[in-house]
Amino acid sequence: MSKTPDTEHEVDTTGHVWDGIEEYNNPLPRWWLWTFYATIAWGIIYTIAYPAWPLIERATPGLLGYSTRAEVADEIATVNERNAGLTERLASVELAALGDDPELMNFAVNGGAAIFRANCSQCHGSGAAGVQAAGYPNLLDDDWLWGGTIDEIAYTVTHGIRNEQSPDTHWSEMPAFGEILAEEEIASVVQYVLQLSGQDHDAGLASTGETLYLEQCSACHGDAGMGDTFQGAPNLVDAIWLYGGDPETLTETITYSRFGVMPAWAEEWRPGQGLTEAEINAVAAYVHQLGGGE
Amino acid sequence: MWDTVKLIALAGIVLLAAIAANYARDVPYMVHAIIIMLVAGGMFLYTIRRVGDPKPEPDLGYMDDVIRAGVIATAFWGVVGFLAGVFIAFQLAFPVLNFEWAQGYMNFGRLRPLHTSAVIFAFGGNALICSSFYIVQRTSAARLWGGNLPWFVFWGYNLFIVLAATGYLLGSTQGKEYAEPEWYVDLWLTIVWVAYLLVFLGTIMRRKEKHIYVANWFLLSFIVTVAMLHIVNNLSIPVSIFGSKSVQVFSGVQDAMTQWWYGHNAVGFFLTAGFLGMMYYFVPKQAERPVFSYKLSIIHFWALIFLYIWAGPHHLHYTALPDWASTLGMVFSVVLWMPSWGGMINGLMTLSGAWDKLRTDPIIRMMVVSIGFYGMSTFEGPMMSIKAVNSLSHYTDWTIGHVHSGALGWNGMITFGALYFLVPRLWNRERLYSLAMVNWHFWLATIGIVLYAASMWVTGIMEGLMWREVDAQGFLVNSFADTVAAKFPMYVVRALGGVLYLAGAIIMCYNLWMTIRKAPAKEAEAPAMAPAE
Repeated sequence: MSKTPDTEHEVDTTGHVWDGIEEYNNPLPRWWLWTFYATIAWGIIYTIAYPAWPLIERATPGLLGYSTRAEVADEIATVNERNAGLTERLASVELAALGDDPELMNFAVNGGAAIFRANCSQCHGSGAAGVQAAGYPNLLDDDWLWGGTIDEIAYTVTHGIRNEQSPDTHWSEMPAFGEILAEEEIASVVQYVLQLSGQDHDAGLASTGETLYLEQCSACHGDAGMGDTFQGAPNLVDAIWLYGGDPETLTETITYSRFGVMPAWAEEWRPGQGLTEAEINAVAAYVHQLGGGE
Repeated sequence: MWDTVKLIALAGIVLLAAIAANYARDVPYMVHAIIIMLVAGGMFLYTIRRVGDPKPEPDLGYMDDVIRAGVIATAFWGVVGFLAGVFIAFQLAFPVLNFEWAQGYMNFGRLRPLHTSAVIFAFGGNALICSSFYIVQRTSAARLWGGNLPWFVFWGYNLFIVLAATGYLLGSTQGKEYAEPEWYVDLWLTIVWVAYLLVFLGTIMRRKEKHIYVANWFLLSFIVTVAMLHIVNNLSIPVSIFGSKSVQVFSGVQDAMTQWWYGHNAVGFFLTAGFLGMMYYFVPKQAERPVFSYKLSIIHFWALIFLYIWAGPHHLHYTALPDWASTLGMVFSVVLWMPSWGGMINGLMTLSGAWDKLRTDPIIRMMVVSIGFYGMSTFEGPMMSIKAVNSLSHYTDWTIGHVHSGALGWNGMITFGALYFLVPRLWNRERLYSLAMVNWHFWLATIGIVLYAASMWVTGIMEGLMWREVDAQGFLVNSFADTVAAKFPMYVVRALGGVLYLAGAIIMCYNLWMTIRKAPAKEAEAPAMAPAE
């Protein structure tokens, strides 16, 4: 600072006193004043260069012709242009043969991962491990409700599950057995399902349950309990559960049934916010390679 | 005669409030009508019991009762607001604290406006009102104008706070940040604010010094501008006279722009100009030094109030706002840097020749740190308004950190300093109960702010970088949930910073309380209303 601030009253006060407070007549600090001028000068230059001053019809556009919207459009166009060939190939690729084209495969998996993070992770988790308590399936294992080939995955993404958007959505409905079977009967079916999945169970009840199972459940879940991907009927013999494999959860599932819904993601069913053909293929490729693709 | 008019008016209010409660279309409106009915009813009984009592001799000294009440309200609302802040900070770190049994009342969404309004309007507002009443009387050497009007301002303002706070918990909100209260609460605040302006102006007109002291320029600009901002941003049409819901007259980007014109100037005029008014009185008084530069105070005052009002659009960079408005918001914000720093220079340089007091006087230390944080956040603000910086910082926790280094550091610390200054004088005590406790308060608050600001810088910049991270092919790398998970440790640090800050405030309350109860009384002096020179 150029001027040493007053300590010995070298600078006069203004002569005003308010409740004992006086004021020195110190000049404006030079660095402060020049910085202030500099910001004003910069401000004037900046407003000449960029859109700034509102006039009657429109604002001054600025000498640089800058526009936020044009900048975003440019960025998007650059990326699209760079990826144009790949996107086109991805839209029309035979998915089963995607693995034969490493460049396209790499592009699809990276793009699919980004789409997954933006659109799918809310339910399936950002790591795709699902949320069991809420019935959002884990996509990392090799247990598939509606089929785990890359084409089947793409179909599921396109049309979704049990939604009202796509007429071709996967559809099936488990009955609420609380309206069909007595409580004891449900309890015995639960014991049989525990037996099927190799858990601790009551052998006596399970054998009653087996009869009921074959009457009521096997049409969808299969005689051996292996499930059926045509009907989205889960496999009951493995250790993978959509809602939980403990007796309480199984009782709840059998009594009230479940009705998991997934939206149809294709543009056709989500006008304005759906995924393109290439994007669906990409996300299918990503999910397929997560570990359990068939 | 006056008592009769008052009784009729109060009875009328009770009746109307009862009718409003009966026809209420929603719960918050009904609760508010009942609160108003009870308040008016209580005042009716209070008045009727005093009809015919001999009128007390008019007091000609300074009117300090209302300031004492204001000091207590400031300390009380401060602790409430900090507590709410600490709680919602823990809610963000541990969502399980959004208790299932309290859904719809105590979840983060309801408590967040309660916290912001409690600290800005309840704590900050009471601090401004009571200290402005103190300052304007002393620097004008005149009693507050308007008879009991200052009491109306105090109680009326605190009634507004109660209506606002209960409204938030019950879900009555306009959805405009810092302007959440609904139409009838806004109307009430308008009446109170006009009364405040009248008291302040009336007292200045009575002043015995020809010139108006700089603190009063800032306080007056704060009162006038807040009135304008409040009215324009709250222009809305009630859906029903018996319901709390209203519809804004602006829509779309015009509404957003009005909101942030208001929102930014709530910061500019409420939290900056008003508190600079406090700074300009309490710092020279506590330091017992003249203000550094009269010239600087004039230039930075006019520059500050001229420039601040245009800076709002920087809250809406990269939105539907037209580019030209965005540019102007940014340019005015950057040019505002030096005018803001004028206040910092004037405050800090006032201490030149008295720097040794930093060692011995923890109150001065508090004020200096406060001015330091003011300088830091008024540099950070213009920087964050630059579009390139804003594209990283916007919507991240950096903004939260910025706001809190200003609010906790500048507004909080200068208010604590003012309270430590005021309490011994208002209650006629020789000194504070304990300077050691002030020291503890100082360090707890300072460390708390550092933890808060540092953790929010880290998490804000991290989050901004994670959001924009794309791979070589232009694909997004992180999901939103990944960024939330990554912030967890910093959220805990932030909440702990809040705990320290709250602990300091509680120590202050105890210290002030003991000052009033236990500190030795000052030798009686003739009520000082020495004419100013």
